[in-house]
Parts: sequence; structure tokens; C-alpha cells
Amino acid sequence: MPQQISWKIGGQQGEGIESGGEFLAAGLAGAGFLLYGYRLFSSRIRGGHTNYNLRISASPVASLADHTDLLVALDQETIVVCANELAADGVILADEKISPLLPANAPGRLIAAPLTALAEQAGNAKMKNVVAVGITASLLKLAPAAWEKAMVEQLGAKGEEMVQANLRAFQLGWNYAEDSLQSLAGKYALEPADGVRRYYMTGNDAISQGAVDAGVTLMAAYPITPASEIMEAMVHELPKIDGVMIQTEDEIAACMMAIGANYAGKRAFTATSGPGLSLMAEAIGLAGMTETPLVVINVQRGGPSTGLPTKHEQSDLMAAIFSTHGDAPKIVIAPDSIASLQSDTMTTFNLAEQYQCPVILLSDMQLSLGKQTVAESDLQAVPVNRGKLIAAADLPELAKNQYFKRYQITEDGVSPRVIPGTNNGIHHVTGLEHDETGRPFEGAANRKAQTDKRMRKMKAVIRDFPEPVRIDAPFAQPRLLVITMGGAGGAVAEAVDRLRQGGVEVNRAQIRLLHPFPATILAPLIWAAHAVVVVEHNATAQLAWLIRSSCGQSAELHSVLKYDGNPFRPDEIVAGCREVL
Amino acid sequence: MAALADFQLNVKQNWCPGCGDFSVQAAIQRALATLDLSPHQVVIVSGIGCSSRLPGYVNSYGFHTTHGRSLPLAQGVKLANRDLTVLACGGDGDGFAIGIGHTLHAMKRDIDITYIVMDNHVYGLTKGQVSPRSDLGFVTKTSPQGSTERPVSALELALSAGAGFVAQGFAKELNELAGLIEAGIRHRGFSFINVFSPCVTFNKVNTYDWYGQRLKKIADRPGHDRNNRLAAMQSVMETDGLITGLIYERSGQ
Repeated sequence: MPQQISWKIGGQQGEGIESGGEFLAAGLAGAGFLLYGYRLFSSRIRGGHTNYNLRISASPVASLADHTDLLVALDQETIVVCANELAADGVILADEKISPLLPANAPGRLIAAPLTALAEQAGNAKMKNVVAVGITASLLKLAPAAWEKAMVEQLGAKGEEMVQANLRAFQLGWNYAEDSLQSLAGKYALEPADGVRRYYMTGNDAISQGAVDAGVTLMAAYPITPASEIMEAMVHELPKIDGVMIQTEDEIAACMMAIGANYAGKRAFTATSGPGLSLMAEAIGLAGMTETPLVVINVQRGGPSTGLPTKHEQSDLMAAIFSTHGDAPKIVIAPDSIASLQSDTMTTFNLAEQYQCPVILLSDMQLSLGKQTVAESDLQAVPVNRGKLIAAADLPELAKNQYFKRYQITEDGVSPRVIPGTNNGIHHVTGLEHDETGRPFEGAANRKAQTDKRMRKMKAVIRDFPEPVRIDAPFAQPRLLVITMGGAGGAVAEAVDRLRQGGVEVNRAQIRLLHPFPATILAPLIWAAHAVVVVEHNATAQLAWLIRSSCGQSAELHSVLKYDGNPFRPDEIVAGCREVL
Repeated sequence: MAALADFQLNVKQNWCPGCGDFSVQAAIQRALATLDLSPHQVVIVSGIGCSSRLPGYVNSYGFHTTHGRSLPLAQGVKLANRDLTVLACGGDGDGFAIGIGHTLHAMKRDIDITYIVMDNHVYGLTKGQVSPRSDLGFVTKTSPQGSTERPVSALELALSAGAGFVAQGFAKELNELAGLIEAGIRHRGFSFINVFSPCVTFNKVNTYDWYGQRLKKIADRPGHDRNNRLAAMQSVMETDGLITGLIYERSGQ
């Protein structure tokens, strides 16, 4: 019995590829399987090849598979584009209506199935995706009941007739496989799952949940792929708690509005992708200089400029860390899983208030739009910490012409904070250099003292952020240390497991705090290893650069890079590591 | 009753003697006192430029932000705490050059803040360059042959962007200006008040006298109805924007 199966459905955008994948996943999640889903799409609304990859397993999976076991093709282009990914014994189940052809030298075999014909029989040719899901369910040896429930949940709002038609299409597909695909009987019967019902969620779902859990009441943002889903979730969630999501005129306004709301004492944030982050650079500097809490979610996509708007990349590290002028205090974190995006988002809001500075949460398209089954127990509640926020009752009376010392020089660099509306807390806030009360002041000694204060407070971040480096290091002196970040972590974990099974002593480190860089934690792991491989999705080895500049020159620091728009598969990382060994 | 002194600070302004911004500051302070507000309930947000230093001279909460971005930040403050009285202010470069997009969208969004532009037709803090409100032919360091671009018409722009409260004042007419600011704060929704605030150092054309000779009062227009947007637009266009008073207020707001 296979441990896991990689299933894919492909066709033209607008052909029900996403809904087909979602429908299969809904039934499987209901039956307690563990899933990892990833969608390939183009920057257009209709037309163009698209596919939905679903990895189905009885144990946790967090990356794409090396190969596709079962490919459902609604058009010939899907076969041409995806045939080379097929496993040696892979199967293409293609709509017979397209008269499918298997390209020369393609692995696997082709079965033409009456997808459109059965859909028409059920009532509408559009339901060919549902026919394909019915066939798949039968091949997985799963009963239709799980999908009946999913169908009602997904289509119930569109009326009983729609539900019944789709159920007919599903059943016709299921029956067809039972009767006519005997040659595949048992091939895809998975090991039974644990039956635990899990959420099947994207990283953007997890971020939205984390923001709600953190007590956010304002989100200001401008639509951009692949971050817009966060706005679309918050516009429903925030009004329930008397909050609001505002779609602004641009990303500059979004960031400034979030700063304004934070200044006024509410938890507020914005979410964007590379081009928006570039526009926010000046505002992020203002939050740094005025020591105003700010949370920016940046979901990385292919850059530079408009780049690859619907494809995966991790090339905004330098922009996130350095893109504002001057010496600005800033925190940059990179969560390592869909589940951690929920708790790390909560932590991000704490850090912004504890350190009174901008915090950038770097997600990437694989994490944010990738979809995974997440158990309730994977979602954690992080207690709210508002840092040195002072209530009116604690303030002594201010004399005439006196300001509250909002920028008081303190040992830890963090000053007491009051919000507007607080009696006896009046002070000035300016992006100019200022004295302890916030008044503009250019004096040399003051300039140095205030700058040192802003820099000093960053020192404790490494203590307050949970697991700045997620370490999996069973070996004292390993042959290899593999370092990575963000969404690449899933494929790296799988690759490391395989290398270990092959007898190689490999340690693994996932960098979760990018700035300030956790050099004191990472450096000993680097020194202990014979060789180091840094796995990241960009062309200029930005993470490796950061490691070199923070941990000192390492004798053997190799890079495994991918920047073609697609996430790593585990076999690519294994191959990259083998080259170093 | 709040006193004018409650909003005063002993901070010396870094404006040139004779600058119109002194009057604007005084008018804001007078309006806040008249409205019986407490200093800690007021937030004044500004951009960058000479006039944007104003929040530092008023005893209230104040946020001096980045060039052209006072409005989005001020809207964030108001959305976070609707009990606060939020004012935004800045110069014509702030509101009609770098920040013009935010100006239009703040008018369209209609969040309850009051925006005061200190309009001097020139860039003062950077020592004399052409502004989006400079008249055709206006000679500056960056327009040595005279400005070749037509000025943005502040009032026409506000009326067409859907602003629900459009007023214009003159720094020399303190009583009128304080009344307009008071009315703007009372107005529930976004209020736009453009103020002719002469720069005595870098603008030797649009002087106090120049305005004094040309400005008309909207109240003197026969049959003036502040709720009539079409008539408001006509008054503005017929006077080439050289008119003061409450030009337009959307009825029922």
C-alpha cells in the first residue's frame, strides 16, 4: 500500500481546476487524510494552463512530491506540460473528448476516460472536474459519503438542484472507475488515515486567523497577488469586533494608516507583496524613527519589478531588512509552516508593541497559497503582550508647557508609551530626530543617545521570539548542515530524512528570525558541520549572504538555489546536497 | 470651558516673521478652545514642509509624519479611536503634489477629520521652488523662465472629488478662518479648508496685499446656498478660486 499519492488535475483557467482540487481535498480532509495542495496559475483570469496538485498521505506532508502518480488532464496542454513529472508507473487520466496523445518518451501510461460525456449525462459538461473527483475517490478505495457532505458544504448555497447534479456527476465517475478501471484496482488504495478531522487551510488563512486572534481591529491594504486573500478574510472578520478593513488608494496609504491606528493604540497591520513593500519603505522608516508599532505582512513572489506575480520566490530578504533609509530599528521574521503562520502572526503583533518598531513577517507564495491540513492542536494561542503601554491612571500630572517623555532614555532602550486621548500623556511625535519628549532636536549628544536607544532595544528580540532557529540536529559533528527558510522548509525536511535514511549524518536548521540575525544560535551549528548547504528560492543567495556576514566566513558554505518560479521538490534538494558530499 | 491658553505652548516657531502660518495656528487654537475640547482629546497630524511643523506648536497630541502622507495616517488615527478630534495639516506641496492622491481619496472616503492646507503657492522649506499651486509664469529657482504649468485648482478639485465640506480662508482674516475651522471640525465627515497663507520670504507676488485686493467673500454672492454644489462650483470658477468662506457643505451632514 502506498504511503502517499501525488494527484494533479490540469486544464485551462476557468475550467474548474481549482474547484475540482478543492472538492477532492474536502472529502479527503473529512476522511482524516493529511494533505498538501499547491496551485499553479497565471496572471490572467481566463485561459492559460493551470493545475492543482494534491499530495495525499497518512502522515504529515509539507511540500510537493517528486513525481505525479495520477494526472487528470482536461486538455492536451496539461499532458504536454506535466507528463515529464509523472512517476515511472504514473497514470494520465485524460478526457477522451480531447483525443489525448501521450508524448514520445513520456513515462507512465494514458487512459482516455469519458469525463465530458459523463458530465453531460449528469446534466452539464462543466462538471467534468467532479466526474474526475468521483473516479479518483473510487481509485483511492474511499466511499462517496465523505464527498456528499463536502458537496453540501461547498455548493449548498447554490441550491439543492446544483448539489444533486454534482452528486450525480461524482457518482457517475465513481461508477465508471469501479466498472471500467479494473486495471488500476488497488494501485492507489492508501494506508488508512487517523480519521482526525483537520482544517485544510492556506498560509494566508493562517495569517488572517492569527491577526484575529491577536486582537487586530484595523487592516489597511491594497490588493496584490499573493496577499489579497488576507484582506478578503479580514473584511468579514473585523466588523464582528467593531473593527474595519480599509482598501486604500495605494500601499503607501495602507502603511501610513496602519501606523496611525497603532499610534492611536489599536493593533493594526497591512499585507502586501514585493512591489507594495518597496512603496512602503519610507513609511516603515517613519515607524522606526517614531517608535510606533507596525506589522507588515509581506508575501514574497517572483521579482524584481512585477516579476512573476503568481509564482513562488524568496527574494525579498534584503528589501525587508534594509529597504528604508537610515539606521532604522526593525524586526523581520520568516515563519516556517502554515500552522506557524498563525502563532507567529500573533507573536508579530506582540513584538511590534514590545519593541515599538516595524515588524515585517516574510511569508512566501508557497507558504501563503500552499494548502495543508492543520489540526486544531497545531494552532496555538499566544498571550497578548502590549509592552510598555501606560494607562492614564499611572501618569503624574503634567505641568504647563511640559510634555510626557515618550522617548525617555532607558536601559533596555524601550520607552514608556501612551496613546492619544490619554490625560497627562501629551507629547510630540516626529520623523525628525527628537529629544525625550519628542520635540525636534538636532543636538549631537542627543542624536547619539536616541540612536543608541533605538538600536539597543533590538538586542532582546532574539530572546523574545520563539525558536529564532528551528533546529533538528541529532549529530554532534555532522557531515552536512542544511539551512533554509520559509516555505522551502517542507521539502528540506523531507530531503534531510531521505539523506539520513541513506546513512548520511545531516543536521537541519530553519532560520525563523532574519533580523536581528540569530548568529549566536546558528554559528555553533555551522562550526560543528563539515559542510553547509543553504537552500533558498532566489538567484543571489540572499540567505547565504546574510549568514556569511553575520556568522563570519565559513570554509564550506554551498548554495542550492531555485528561482524558476516553482517550489523545490525534495529530490532536487537531495541531489544538491549529494553534489557537496 | 476650555481656554485658548490650554492649547498654547511656549515653543518658538521656526517660521519667518510675517508668515501666514502664525495666523493659521492661532485660528486652530481658537477653534479648539471655542469647541471646548481638551488638549489630550485632539490629535494634529502633518506632513513635511514649513507649515507641517504646526503640530509641534500646539498643546495637543501631534504627529509630524512624512511628505504628503498626513492624511492616511490621520485617517488611521480616527478609525482607531473615533472619540478623538483629528486634524490634518500641511502645505500645498504636501496636499497637491506628492500627496494629491491621498487628498482625493480622503475626500472620497469621507472619514471625519479636518484637513487644513496652508497654501502659499511656493516651496518654502526647500527655499523657493515652484509649487503645484504656483500661477502660470511664476518665477522660482526651479522655474527661472516662469512656471509653464497651470496651477491645480484646489477648490474645484475638492468639489469634484466629492468633498462634503469645502471652505477657503485667508491668514489675514483670523475671525473668518477660526470660524471655518470650527465649522469644519463640527462637520461630520471629511472637511477641507484651503487657507491662503502668504510666504513673505519666497513669494513676492502672492502677498497679503495681492490677496487683499482680489479676494471675494462667498457670502456676498447673491443667493448663495452652501448646500448647492453646482452654484459652489460656479462661484469658484467665476472668481478663479479667489474667494473665501464656506463654499460648500453637503446637506444633512
